Amino acid sequence: MNAAPTATVSAGPILDISELSVALPSWADRPQAVKQVSLQIGAGETLCVVGESGSGKSVMARAILRLLPEPQVRIVDGRVLLEGEDLAHADDKRMRAVRGGKIAMIFQEPMVALNPLMTIGRQIDEILEAHTDWGKAERRRRVVATFEDVRLPDPARIFGAYPHELSGGQRQRVMIAMSLVLEPRLIIADEPTTALDVTTEAQILSLLKELQQRHGTALLFITHNFGVVAEIADRVAVMRRGEVVEHGDAEEVLTRPRHPYTRALIEAVPSLVPRKGIAGTDKSAAEPILEIRRLDKIYGRRAQGASWLTRWMPGLGRGRRQAVHAVNQIDLDVKRGSAVAVVGESGSGKSTLARCLIGLEQADAGSVKIAGNEIVGLSRSAWRPLRSRVQMVFQDPFASLNPRTSVGDIIARGAILQGEAPDAAMSQARELLTLVGLEPKAAERYPHEFSGGQRQRIGIARALAVKPDILIADEPVSALDVSVQKQVLDLLDSLRRRFGLTMLFITHDLRVAAHVCEEIVVLKSGRIVEHGKTAEIFADPRHEYTRALLSSVPGRDWQLRLVGSSAGPGTD
Amino acid sequence: MTRPFWIRLVANPRAAFGLVWLGLVVLAALAAPLIAQADPFAITGSPFARPFGESGLGTDSLGRSVWSGLVFGARTTLLIAVIATLSAVAFGGLVGALAGFYGGRIDDLLMRLTEFFQTIPSFIFAILLVAMLSPSATSVVVAIATVSWPPIARVVRGEVLTLRSREFVQAAITLGERDAAILLRQILPNALSPLIVTGSLLVATAILTESALSFLGLGAPNLMSWGFMVGAGRSFLRDAWWLVAIPGVAILLTVLSINLVGEALNDALNPRLRTP
Repeated sequence: MNAAPTATVSAGPILDISELSVALPSWADRPQAVKQVSLQIGAGETLCVVGESGSGKSVMARAILRLLPEPQVRIVDGRVLLEGEDLAHADDKRMRAVRGGKIAMIFQEPMVALNPLMTIGRQIDEILEAHTDWGKAERRRRVVATFEDVRLPDPARIFGAYPHELSGGQRQRVMIAMSLVLEPRLIIADEPTTALDVTTEAQILSLLKELQQRHGTALLFITHNFGVVAEIADRVAVMRRGEVVEHGDAEEVLTRPRHPYTRALIEAVPSLVPRKGIAGTDKSAAEPILEIRRLDKIYGRRAQGASWLTRWMPGLGRGRRQAVHAVNQIDLDVKRGSAVAVVGESGSGKSTLARCLIGLEQADAGSVKIAGNEIVGLSRSAWRPLRSRVQMVFQDPFASLNPRTSVGDIIARGAILQGEAPDAAMSQARELLTLVGLEPKAAERYPHEFSGGQRQRIGIARALAVKPDILIADEPVSALDVSVQKQVLDLLDSLRRRFGLTMLFITHDLRVAAHVCEEIVVLKSGRIVEHGKTAEIFADPRHEYTRALLSSVPGRDWQLRLVGSSAGPGTD
Repeated sequence: MTRPFWIRLVANPRAAFGLVWLGLVVLAALAAPLIAQADPFAITGSPFARPFGESGLGTDSLGRSVWSGLVFGARTTLLIAVIATLSAVAFGGLVGALAGFYGGRIDDLLMRLTEFFQTIPSFIFAILLVAMLSPSATSVVVAIATVSWPPIARVVRGEVLTLRSREFVQAAITLGERDAAILLRQILPNALSPLIVTGSLLVATAILTESALSFLGLGAPNLMSWGFMVGAGRSFLRDAWWLVAIPGVAILLTVLSINLVGEALNDALNPRLRTP
């Protein structure tokens, strides 16, 4: 019924969403996940939808493809016109043809989106089989050509490979190839680079952009990261609680945001300009509180799980695992009162290093001295007196607090274990809660009553309760929304100065590192490749890998420009 | 946002039925001497009196009251099943917790032991145990507990394994908490829900095993139980159907109720299915 008019349409938008509303079930925190959203995307155009968790951006993207968990979550109002055809009211058969055919979707986690038991080639071949009537040889030609298009190395090998044989970046390229193979009019990408390392992210973003220009596809890009927006967007829509609060040209929104919420979000992006050393606190003279010498940790050589059974019967599984040198001959001195960022991509060994320092992993060789005390080779009970020296803030605030223990008990426990009387420990816990910006009466409540940022504050209070000298923070903000990230970082920074803490900050995010640390250690495959003052490394990276990391930070040019024009986010 | 646990449980009609029946059985067992005057082994009237007549639920081949047997039998059956299950939960829970928490060689050893017990057909194993220990209430409890702890150990081990790698447990380690305290304060409270569900379903299995043992004459002597009543009545099935049917239906309804409640507990406690 729509074949005649749409065949010649080219000037109008590919996708025209008008007044779209999606209802949530009665028990949700608000009646509508998406409220009266209107958006258009033209051919060859990239629209970025930005928002924090719970803003409804993903639900909106799924509503276009009608991938909602109906009937609880369903479209109640509005139209979704794809080249003039209303998808909001199309039947299931039509939607199947549209999905993959005219609109393709790229998901966040490629490992979950791919079937682990099917070869990559077969999974893409299946799409062509369903949507075209081509022969086998023709389909294969097309798949291999698409692999070349997304610049996968050795397409013939990839065709026969299984998902686990590829790297994360390659898997995401496969997902993009999958979405391109039918030459769709629109690609919806839901946080496609969030699970990737920065250098891989940069490659995928430039690939997406290049492919889009070559094929003239419309791209709807969902993200929470303003850096990514600056890299890729032509136009931006900012969503908050289901509504579009600001919508416009990317350049305009990024440099001159009008809505206060957009402004707050952009200001919350940590600046890439490295902090200067605090005046009068030059640490070069201070004695090292943490001395790491030739530290080694190897996984899988003789896996801890390896049983006597596998030794008798080596064919049984685990014996074949390859050894990974997670921490390789690391030497590092951390001076009292300094803040050192350990930066690296996934698999660089940065978390393993942290876990060795806090006694959650046993190093294989080398030496670590905390204020003169050797910790490598200590048993759990010999560790106990040292627990008040070094503490850790964990990554995931939703997993790091025992759901069945009250907040007060969680914080007070450490002090009680160090010999404090329970009453004194509890009143100290209340003081700590005030210190991290929560109400003292939060002590009686349970973790599920708090938001992610508040929970991370509780985690910080727990770590501080034993009055540690060294605080190790393992990606403490990577699970938080942007606007909360900055608050938590600032809290860590002020607490550190107030108590003269030494901080080891594990992160993959150079922005975060620059925001809180004067010193940076860059880790790659378990080795330190560069170590120095943050400002010096940012100005003049010596190692090739550091340079690659720095140039891959999404939105780098935009932020530097903002700072240059001084109209940028106000950093105090 | 979410309704309280008890309300959710009772709002489920099948769970409500189960709870009501279980409540009646427990009440009858507790008040047995009050609601059934006669000793279950005492002869109260003429043999083979039909049920729902003047003699309550009828009498058996020796003239003993079926009602008394049912009520005192509930006592025996429930007591043995609950004690056996509690012992199985305690022992299986300990084995599973140690295996999951320490891993490595201890895990290998304990889990191979568990599998060894699982490979023996449980009912035949129970018969063997009672026969070896000579039939008594204690040996029935021991036999049932011995054959029913392995699934508990497996459930607890799985839970402990996942919980051990959770960050809040690691935080407890970095605070210097002792192993026993980590297990008791951090891990076990969070592993309770699957334990409660498995444990409640285990009571049903224990009732069936106890009844089957009594049916074979391997139950506790001098104690009336439902299985014993079915066993004693089976030779008169064609003349006096009620001798088998009444305790049989009691077993059926009780086991069914426990399963319904267990499933409802699972729905109410399992966060993945929770749609408040």
